[in-house]
Amino acid sequence: MYYSGAQILIKLLEKFGIRKIPGIPGGANLPIYSALADSSIEHILARHEQGAGFIAQGMARSTGKPAVCFATSGPGATNLLTAIADAKLDSVPIIAITGQVPTTYLGTDAFQEIDTYGLTLPITKHNFLIRSPAELLEVIPEAFRIARDGRPGPVAIDIPKDVQFEKIKVSKWPSPKRTKIKKIDQKTIRKIAQEINKAKKPLLYIGGGIISSGAHLALRKFSGKNSIPVTSTLMGLGAFLPQGSLYLGMLGMHGARYTNLLLKETDLLLAFGVRFDDRATGNIKEFCSQAKIIHIDIDYAEIDKLKKTNISIAGDIKQALEQILPYLRRDARRQWLAHIEKFKKEYPFFMPAKKYFFQPLNFIQAINRHLAPQDIITTDVGQHQMWVAQAYTFSYPRTFLTSGGLGTMGFGFPAAIGAALANPGRRAVCISGDGSFLMNIQELATLADLNLDVAVIIMNNKNLGLVRQQQELFYGKKYIGTFFKSNPDFTKIAESFGIRGYDLGKAKQPAKMLDEALRKKGPCVINAPIHYAENVMPMVAPGAANSEMIGGQEYE
Amino acid sequence: MNKIASTIIELTVRNHPGAMSHITGLFSRRGFNLEGILCASIGNGENSRMYLLVENNSRLEQIVKQLQKLYDVLKLRIRHDYDHTLFNRLHELIKGEGL
Repeated sequence: MYYSGAQILIKLLEKFGIRKIPGIPGGANLPIYSALADSSIEHILARHEQGAGFIAQGMARSTGKPAVCFATSGPGATNLLTAIADAKLDSVPIIAITGQVPTTYLGTDAFQEIDTYGLTLPITKHNFLIRSPAELLEVIPEAFRIARDGRPGPVAIDIPKDVQFEKIKVSKWPSPKRTKIKKIDQKTIRKIAQEINKAKKPLLYIGGGIISSGAHLALRKFSGKNSIPVTSTLMGLGAFLPQGSLYLGMLGMHGARYTNLLLKETDLLLAFGVRFDDRATGNIKEFCSQAKIIHIDIDYAEIDKLKKTNISIAGDIKQALEQILPYLRRDARRQWLAHIEKFKKEYPFFMPAKKYFFQPLNFIQAINRHLAPQDIITTDVGQHQMWVAQAYTFSYPRTFLTSGGLGTMGFGFPAAIGAALANPGRRAVCISGDGSFLMNIQELATLADLNLDVAVIIMNNKNLGLVRQQQELFYGKKYIGTFFKSNPDFTKIAESFGIRGYDLGKAKQPAKMLDEALRKKGPCVINAPIHYAENVMPMVAPGAANSEMIGGQEYE
Repeated sequence: MNKIASTIIELTVRNHPGAMSHITGLFSRRGFNLEGILCASIGNGENSRMYLLVENNSRLEQIVKQLQKLYDVLKLRIRHDYDHTLFNRLHELIKGEGL
């Protein structure tokens, strides 16, 4: 049979399990859309390509499976870039497929021509410019393999329009490809177990790698058997159970005092599925200066990149944990855990008095009480994101979707739509700020189209809060560009899209209104007034050591 | 050019228009210095051989790891048996040309 490039692409996406594709059509990807119309795949019409990219991310982050998004050439492609770069920094498997001007026009500055290949080169795990329809038969399976295997990441595929049209004979369809997982050297496994058994004050520093490899249960067993306390990066939240004395919460710039201070005490740091990001480590020279370091990560380029390790494995963390476990001694570590309890009491994470409903940490906990543990929380970027990380309890992996590495405002809302699309029957809640929500607010139309169980909760302080906070603390309270003189009435905006809107600031009993809003199915937008002077505390100044924290001594 | 301070990395890469961009892009993006490149296609033209002249400093290990991660890089070797003289005639050529 003869198939066009576009038909080959769509057929392969169907074959590889893609059921929904967010995107926006345009001149250069119309043949692809025409083939899409004849397929079983549902198209999700976003209102901005960045929205489409983040919807795909929400699908990929919540399931761990590759998700696809579509855009046309030129502005369609450039609008996708932020979502692709975001996926690169947080290792998210998305496949961005863009239309391109016909091959004969390439390099002529044709209408809506942009060098998508060149633009996506530094922000993808790998990218392709397709030159013939036959290449698709090789590249599409490759793209899925690259996006998903090893350290996951985005793949961009640029397809000129003539390649989409051109027909070739296809007699055999390719099957999915997988990368063989490397076996871990058993000597290293035993050496690591020995070091842990020998250590007096071991500490697990875990990150997104645990979630990517599906190692959360293995981690819980591992930590439990030898009583090793666990601190998590932002990306690792949900991997470890938040209840229990072994959990130390998030480390780094907005970690609890005791957590950051305990990092100075540990004699053996188990850095598992992490990349020593500066927001987590603070000044890297001072980070765990007393400790031997064991680093396990799937990406060998991360080993010894920022911190010299004593023992390392470049491999799958789940396999490593399962293989080390039998060699671990069962140990209650009474002394070390008693020391930790002492630190938790001496340098606690202060919670405000319960009576202030709109105090940010109280408010996050109120949201927490209204939702089920399986509900998916997404955030945007800023103070609200850090408050969620500090005060919300995540018990399952992939229930917390946040833009960690790139820190993209505008991420949360489309990501929540994607999470709801990929997880029917589960609620997705985007906790956002007034600054962030405005950055992809057009997706309210997409949400109205789909009528999904997505709630947006805006922590509205009329400021770019985390930037304002830095101006207050580090720039002599010289405020510029952080106050919003004009903000819309978010209730009315929601209603104009046909979505329920609530303003907790206008309610006599805001807790009751929140309950009412979240009890009903379907989309809603909830505005919550937050005092502008509320800060995220404690805080490590950028570049300072984690032990040098500002604020958070007690609740001011 | 100082012989000790330089190292030659030999790459076998897929020969297509984007391969060179991936490699040079890596150097600029990660702030590595690249002092010289020699490149030619090999065999039936499907692959290319590339020689990169780089500084032998503490970042070399990271450069090598990042290069090995590139999809188009099929093989990487540090050529301790080659030295910078491989590039000397190239430098002469460049010097001779002037502006």
